[in-house]
Amino acid sequence: MAMAKSVRYLIPLVIFAALVALLVFGLGTDPREVPSPLIGKPAPQFRLPDLTDPARSVSDADLKGKISLVNVWASWCSACRAEHQSLMALSEMPDFQLIGLNWKDEGSTARQLLSVTGNPYDMIAYDPDNTVGINWGVYGAPETFVVDQKGIIRYKQIGPIDRQVWEETLQPLVAKLKAEG
Amino acid sequence: MIPELGHVALILALIVAAVQASFPLAGSLSGNRPWMAMARPLAYGQFTMLAIAFAALAEAFLTSDFSVLYVATNSNSLLPQIYKFSAIWGGHEGSLLLWVLLMSGWGAAVAAFSKNLPQGVVARVISVQGMVATGFLLFLLLTSNPFERLFPVPPEGRDLNPLLQDPGLAVHPPMLYMGYVGFSVAFAFALAALIGGRLDAAWARWSRPWTTVAWVFLTIGIVLGSWWAYYELGWGGWWFWDPVENASLMPWLVGTALIHSLAVTEKRGAFKSWTVLLAIFAFSLSLLGTFLVRSGVLTSVHAFATDPARGLFILIFLCIVIGGSLALYAWRAPEVSEGGRFDLISRESALLANNLLFVAFAVLVLFGTLAPLIYEAFDWGKISVGFPWFNKMFLALAPFMAVLIGVGSATRWKHDDLLRLGRMLWLALALSIAVLVIAALPGMDGGNLWVPVGLALAAWLLFAHLTVVRDRLRHKAGWRAWVADLRGNGRSFYGMVLAHLGVAVFIVGVTMVMNFQQEEDVRMSPGDSHELAGYRFEFLGTEKTSGPNYRADRGHFKVFDGDRRIAELYPEKRSYLGGGMPMTEAAIDAGLFRDIYVSLGESVGGGDWALRLYYKPYVRWIWLGGVFMALGGILAVTDRRYRTARARAASPADVAGAAAARA
Repeated sequence: MAMAKSVRYLIPLVIFAALVALLVFGLGTDPREVPSPLIGKPAPQFRLPDLTDPARSVSDADLKGKISLVNVWASWCSACRAEHQSLMALSEMPDFQLIGLNWKDEGSTARQLLSVTGNPYDMIAYDPDNTVGINWGVYGAPETFVVDQKGIIRYKQIGPIDRQVWEETLQPLVAKLKAEG
Repeated sequence: MIPELGHVALILALIVAAVQASFPLAGSLSGNRPWMAMARPLAYGQFTMLAIAFAALAEAFLTSDFSVLYVATNSNSLLPQIYKFSAIWGGHEGSLLLWVLLMSGWGAAVAAFSKNLPQGVVARVISVQGMVATGFLLFLLLTSNPFERLFPVPPEGRDLNPLLQDPGLAVHPPMLYMGYVGFSVAFAFALAALIGGRLDAAWARWSRPWTTVAWVFLTIGIVLGSWWAYYELGWGGWWFWDPVENASLMPWLVGTALIHSLAVTEKRGAFKSWTVLLAIFAFSLSLLGTFLVRSGVLTSVHAFATDPARGLFILIFLCIVIGGSLALYAWRAPEVSEGGRFDLISRESALLANNLLFVAFAVLVLFGTLAPLIYEAFDWGKISVGFPWFNKMFLALAPFMAVLIGVGSATRWKHDDLLRLGRMLWLALALSIAVLVIAALPGMDGGNLWVPVGLALAAWLLFAHLTVVRDRLRHKAGWRAWVADLRGNGRSFYGMVLAHLGVAVFIVGVTMVMNFQQEEDVRMSPGDSHELAGYRFEFLGTEKTSGPNYRADRGHFKVFDGDRRIAELYPEKRSYLGGGMPMTEAAIDAGLFRDIYVSLGESVGGGDWALRLYYKPYVRWIWLGGVFMALGGILAVTDRRYRTARARAASPADVAGAAAARA
């Protein structure tokens, strides 16, 4: 009995040890990178209605043959609003297509926002229930996946794209993929 | 020259802290009085050294000395003077220096206000604080020296993050840090008690006011942070469940549990080992927060520039401090007597239940914050634990907390019976149910169940506490007795009532904002009008303007309620000369019952703008609730009992009692 009682007081220490193990693991990984299983793998299959025209659909087949930036966004996400201007600039560039994944959002609100601020996307997959987002490993918005011509995920950008991210990371990657293809 | 002076002062502070960590403790264990007597001078010395270091850094900022790397990366000569000063804690190194400075300030305060505590206790408390300070100073000097020089000297600094150029954020970190490091006092008292083997009511009484003050600071810090996010981030939210926010919420939740648990330990001698554990947890979660923010383990909106070496250092430090104290706990706590008995229906039980709810919520927040890591570590696939998940957890627990707060305040210590409680609280209960029913009538609730529930909970808190106050005053005739009560021993009681009413105010704010707020994205041309929530917004256009270190487009709006003009608003979109993303400065017409909020999106050509309009009913009540809680805490610590307790603390009876409890 006395033994069992003192063991009880060890519980906090044991829980803390587990937490430390987790944090050690966390230090070794970079949260801004996609979980390793997805990188270098084909983009998960999906088929979703297009936000702007529900009669059309967007699927993984649309990712083949072209470099794609798949941008996860939502109208409720403030960082996405901040990113919007950069996306408008990117939409003018010819080397890749910009595909939106409208995530956990209200279709009418999202369309309303785009009609006000402008639509940078070539097409937008509408995923209100996170059915596709979960397969892609979306943790939050905004996130941007770089998918190559063969439909392989090559990079994931967590957080908004600003000039620095574009110039230092994404632009060189797109140029490299273009040279490969 | 002055930055080098600051660097030397930091090194001296480290040496002082190391001596402070060892000698007084060794003295208290071996009965060496001169060593114990070193504790106070060392605590003052550490604070003095750190104040010198901080002043040196402040000087470098105020004179824009860009030969100091940290100044060059976080300041700019165009920065207004006030922001040059607050830029000191705008980055990792300086904010860490502020953290250590404040912690040593608490240490010096303990040294100054513990004249009547037994010498051994003071020595141990100050030693424990020295240990924590040693770790942080090593961290500062080895990985994050704020005085590092830069050569060649750049002509201009890189500028402070524009988000941080704001009065709210100038004071938010110091408040928050005061709270974080304030828990180091409760932590030090708890460890000192464990080391000395004296976990008694006296220990709880000593650490109670310190803990409450730390909690007050943390409360104010969180309120300021929420308020700042609301007006500065430009989309009207007041809480984002961001890892950094969660890092401040977790110690607050555990700290709240701790101040209640300390009350039980002081008054009834119960929950001793649980209280010690909470004291360890509250400070540990503060440290964990620091780790999460500064290690790059999680992504966050306000993460500091991250560096794996720093992360590893803090993690090792965390292991030593938290692991060490939990090991000490596992070793010593089994010897602690369980203390006062109590029945199932008693205030102890109610407080224990609410304690568990607070801790459970803190654990859930911790889980949610670390979920991406956990799922990745176990390769369970991907997860999205976001805003909705946290909200759901909050809504699942908060109603029980609110109900229990009312019950607990009305219940007697040790033993109570349901019949008496029922007789006392039936009216409060009936009135809250009336509120529930009225608010649920069609047309009142906005179609959402949470509206009647939230308002009824707030009503319950209000009426239950009015009942409790009436009950207390029943035996005191006339207002004179009441004034005497407020002057005398009643302050901690009224502080409790005020803080709990703060919870009610908070609940009203959250309920109203979440269910009745309106927002709309619109595109407007100059001259256009738009209606939202019965208000007409007239857009008169934008003009170019500029500040000391930014250029901006400033919109001009007139807001009408019917025909009456109620406000003119000037939201801005700023581009700071230092570069980076443009910043939105929302314009707000604030009121006790509603805010009107306009934020400029982007220019969409032809003088047209994309805008966001908000109507936020009762949003101020969210922060007002926090202010009430903080005021309640302040009222409680001014209770006369603490003043007299301090004088009584060292009385022989206490010491004898403690010895008896130990045996």
